[in-house]
Amino acid sequence: MTELLVGTKKGLFVLEGDPAKGEPFAIAARAFAGDLVEFALRDPRTGRRFASVTSGFYGPRLMYTDGDPAGEWQQSKGPAFPEGGDDALERIWIVKPGEADGLLYAGVAPAALFISTDGGESWTLNEPLWAEHTAGNWQPGAGGLALHSVCPWPGDPERLAIGVSAAGVWITEDGGQTWRTGYRGLIPEYMPEEERENTNVLCVHNMHRSPTQPERLFMQFHGNVYRSDDQGSSWNDVHAGLPSGFGFPMVIDPSDPDAAFVIPLVGADDRVTPGGVVRVYGTRDAGSTWAELGDGLPDREAYLTILRQAFGASGEGDAMELYFGATSGDVFGSADSGSSWFSVHERLAPVTSVRVA
Amino acid sequence: MAVVTLRAPLKDRAGGTSEHELPGSTVGEVLRELETRYPNVEGWILDEQGRVRAHVNVFVNGERTREDAPVAQTDVLHVLPSISGGSHP
Repeated sequence: MTELLVGTKKGLFVLEGDPAKGEPFAIAARAFAGDLVEFALRDPRTGRRFASVTSGFYGPRLMYTDGDPAGEWQQSKGPAFPEGGDDALERIWIVKPGEADGLLYAGVAPAALFISTDGGESWTLNEPLWAEHTAGNWQPGAGGLALHSVCPWPGDPERLAIGVSAAGVWITEDGGQTWRTGYRGLIPEYMPEEERENTNVLCVHNMHRSPTQPERLFMQFHGNVYRSDDQGSSWNDVHAGLPSGFGFPMVIDPSDPDAAFVIPLVGADDRVTPGGVVRVYGTRDAGSTWAELGDGLPDREAYLTILRQAFGASGEGDAMELYFGATSGDVFGSADSGSSWFSVHERLAPVTSVRVA
Repeated sequence: MAVVTLRAPLKDRAGGTSEHELPGSTVGEVLRELETRYPNVEGWILDEQGRVRAHVNVFVNGERTREDAPVAQTDVLHVLPSISGGSHP
């Protein structure tokens, strides 16, 4: 049985199905009806489910439950900015389990990292990164100034890389006490040519680290897909072979450091699947080549938008399960690493995030 | 003390009670006291800097105000979602 947590603009949908047995997915629960659920995941260490909920009236908050997702959820204490300043939480983009018991990270807008050491019940702002933010005059992307990607180092809670739209890659090796940039090699084609070398306006769209080769990361940038082989310090463009370098979603195969999957969109001015054809592209040679993975996906008159967090995966290798949702409310899945696809659900609300529980 | 009236879902988060007698000399102080008594309300009306959220309206004796407005002992505060809220279509 596979459980999907599907965040939408009108609540969280919990879908259950068993693709291995051919049992279709169905809605097992809906929570936060009417509210935008930006992101949801289940911490595999504890089974605790989290949902980032943004009410159009009452603002953003992080909720969690250890029980039935259709029942009562608890509100976390934070993330919230310290009182006495000007900044207030706008949006929680991601919650990521860390590499120690009870350790979790939350990436938010305005771009900041919050850390929990009690399993997500309370949160504290990482002040050193926030100081870099305020000193660096970070600039927002179209979706706001967002810290949306958090990449722990397997087995070492001191080491972390984060991705910010639009303030690039930041790396710590001392548990967040100090941070350095990982800008080298990124080419911001949206900036004047003479500014590209020195700008900090670097619009990272998504970033993932290989658990088995942690110096290897893949990134979906505002333009082009990149790979780093030195912990995120420098980057190489590996988008050749893709129909477009633009997109948001990305997943990796945790067992294969050479594998990554993206869903290209036309471009910044037209954020839909190119040519009305829905395709996932996968590499298993570190970005040297990309395979079109579309068997079972819409191949005509399908202009879908797949948002940053709306692509999730579980398992590994040829049996890896992949799932993504679109703002059309359609959710698609694959139980064979993208070789073939099926419809998981149709006509949900616009999908903002998909994670396999 | 001033009286704060709430509707769902705020009422549900404040012990299921719609009317609350609370001390405070400004809208912000009164609402902070509400948060203190009912932590489940924290962050819902005021943001972490004590500002009334953009899509929440607070009326004092029928007049729309913000967090720094004065509140007298006999005042009645109504907390209502703004019709401009729900901005996610």
